[in-house]
Amino acid sequence: MKTIILRTASNYLLPVLLLFSIFILLRGHYLPGGGFVGGLIAAIAFVFHSFANGLKNTKSLLRFHPGFLMPAGLALSFFSGLSPIIFAGDPFMTGLWYHGHVPVLGSVGSALFFDMGVYLVVVGVTLTIIFTISEAP
Amino acid sequence: MMQQLIIYPLLFQLFLSIVLMFFWNKINAQKVISIAGSIIAVILSSYVFYYVWENGTQKVNAGNWDAPFGIVFVADTLAVTLVLLTALSGLAVSIFSAGSVIKDRLRFGYFPIFHFLLLGLTGAFLTGDLFNLYVWFEIIIISSFVLITIGGEKAQLEGAVKYFTLNILASTIFLTAIAVLYGLTGSLNMADLAGKVAAVENRGLVEVAAILFLIGFGTKASIFPLYFWLPASYHTPPAAVSAIFGGLLTKVGVYALIRVFTLIFVGDVFLGEILMVLAILTIFSGGVGALVQNNVRKVFSYLIICHIGYMIAGLGMFTEIAITGVIFYLIHDIMVKTNLFMVSGIIFKIKSSNSMRALGGFYANYPKLSLLIFIPLFSLVGIPPLSGFWPKISLIGEGFATENYWTVAAIIFASFITLVIIAKLWAEVFWKDAKEIPEKPKFEYFSDISKARKTQFILPIVFLSLISLYIGFGAEHIQLLSSRIANELMNSQQYIDTVLNNS
Amino acid sequence: MEILLAILVGLLYASGIYMILRRSLVKLIIGIILLGNGANLLIFLLGRITKGLPPIIPENSKVFLEAYADPVPQALILTAIVISFGLQSFAIILVKRAHKVVRTDDLDEMNATDEDS
Repeated sequence: MKTIILRTASNYLLPVLLLFSIFILLRGHYLPGGGFVGGLIAAIAFVFHSFANGLKNTKSLLRFHPGFLMPAGLALSFFSGLSPIIFAGDPFMTGLWYHGHVPVLGSVGSALFFDMGVYLVVVGVTLTIIFTISEAP
Repeated sequence: MMQQLIIYPLLFQLFLSIVLMFFWNKINAQKVISIAGSIIAVILSSYVFYYVWENGTQKVNAGNWDAPFGIVFVADTLAVTLVLLTALSGLAVSIFSAGSVIKDRLRFGYFPIFHFLLLGLTGAFLTGDLFNLYVWFEIIIISSFVLITIGGEKAQLEGAVKYFTLNILASTIFLTAIAVLYGLTGSLNMADLAGKVAAVENRGLVEVAAILFLIGFGTKASIFPLYFWLPASYHTPPAAVSAIFGGLLTKVGVYALIRVFTLIFVGDVFLGEILMVLAILTIFSGGVGALVQNNVRKVFSYLIICHIGYMIAGLGMFTEIAITGVIFYLIHDIMVKTNLFMVSGIIFKIKSSNSMRALGGFYANYPKLSLLIFIPLFSLVGIPPLSGFWPKISLIGEGFATENYWTVAAIIFASFITLVIIAKLWAEVFWKDAKEIPEKPKFEYFSDISKARKTQFILPIVFLSLISLYIGFGAEHIQLLSSRIANELMNSQQYIDTVLNNS
Repeated sequence: MEILLAILVGLLYASGIYMILRRSLVKLIIGIILLGNGANLLIFLLGRITKGLPPIIPENSKVFLEAYADPVPQALILTAIVISFGLQSFAIILVKRAHKVVRTDDLDEMNATDEDS
């Protein structure tokens, strides 16, 4: 599958797809989208890159093992869920919102951080799975 | 912060597994964190238990959405008791794993996954929402798949394929049951369902949903025609993994059956009869299966099935005293079965074999250890005053009172057959003269390992044996606890009122 | 629409069970996937298929004023899909490993766990 067209296209598509995945992540609170879908799109971007350029190149592009994203994302989600207990005395996973307008993001709350955690976990899990499947002889 | 006390054991297990994942390659650090964390989990769970014992059923609305719309976590006495037992076996198995599981297996994230399993169990006991229960079940089975396959030996992979298929099938059936129930009532909150299911006019469909739940949970609890995955897989992973599986995984199925059939589908005569027949068949097939096996761990696997039958029988009788017996047996069984699989691990470590025919001479060579192992073995048989004796009084007495003579016969038969099996095991493994087993070249024998690791082998067995002794000699306290739980289960209105805020 | 979906759900369950009963490991996985999809569609079907507004109550009223679409089944299906995604990828790797070690994909030849030892 290492045609020159695919390889050239994948180099441009990787940042575009990553940007699109972040767009999907951010619009997810009220509209279709969110951490899971966004994470899948980001993972697809890397999978696509590995199709065109080989697994080794994608791995060197990532610099760290995608498995590391799992605990990082879980920790982010966990603490965003825990924040209402710590700051407001509300039950676990109650939404805490910053009542002001933030440019680009719209409104910011603990749900956003939770979704970002989900995003990281999904990218980590999917890439680990796919790398494992394609690596094993 | 105190109102949310009841979900702290759950959050703590999650926190622990996240921390352990950050130490992915540092096995020694993982051991220390896991054991220290398990000790904290025991303290936390004991405090939650004490709090619920003093103040009655507690609940937390996750995300501050009121029941029945949001997910609710409910801690009644049954839930916190099981959470405490989970933490206790978790501590024992954590110490045992640190000593017994080899490095090649620990490298693949054994401890984080182990704590994910405990997280799933704690969540399943605490949740008050049916779909959330499904999610916790999935967390439990995904972690158990990883634990059962870690190491990748031939027998392990074959066992895992069987374990995997039947458990996924059970989950799908459970999901189907949820779909039917949601279609009928439009609710998933168990307390809310209790009222809504009683009001449904289409009784036939309710019965279908109930049977689907019975099949789904029954596969996980390994009752009669659905148990074949258990003896095919439980003897394949390392002993530490079998210990946590044997102690808790089937019991979470029993817990779900108890919860669903005392809260949602109450007082159905037809279901009671089905449960009774299944219980008798489970007892027989488990007992007879255990009798013909030669591998020590397979014997214990079949005994799990046999003793699940007692609990299903008590649930089928559905009287307060019978449920008291079920709960008492559940408490006793979790502790003893966890302990027995660790015992099988230590036997394997000493002789590099689990075959009863090949083993022998333990009492002559390790008298103190043999006396220690005597406690869980004969607690299981239920020789008074050891712990297995007391719940059977309630079950047999209630069997006579409700005129279920076949059930009484089955329970007495099973007690007798358990005695025969354990006596045979004792004679073969402990009293018979030692035989020469050809030494395995690369096997690390018990006599070769360091003193610290020997402690890690023996300490958890001592710990759980002491708890078993307490359950036997302090039966009064456990009986008080069980009868309070049974009372709460039979009068579920209090549970429903707590969840739905109708006071 | 409901009738069509009901027939589809039945077909998915039937073909899923048929595939699980075959002896090949790969067909077993296909069967599990089909069954899972059948269960998800069943939730969708039994959650009532209605065309309606999003279930958001206007600020000045206490109950829903018009027909609304129930969002719960979709949330349940999404959760179930995510879970089955994880399970299926695990299943594929497990089958791959099992095939490599046992050197067969015939379930009938996997007897090592029943051997007397």
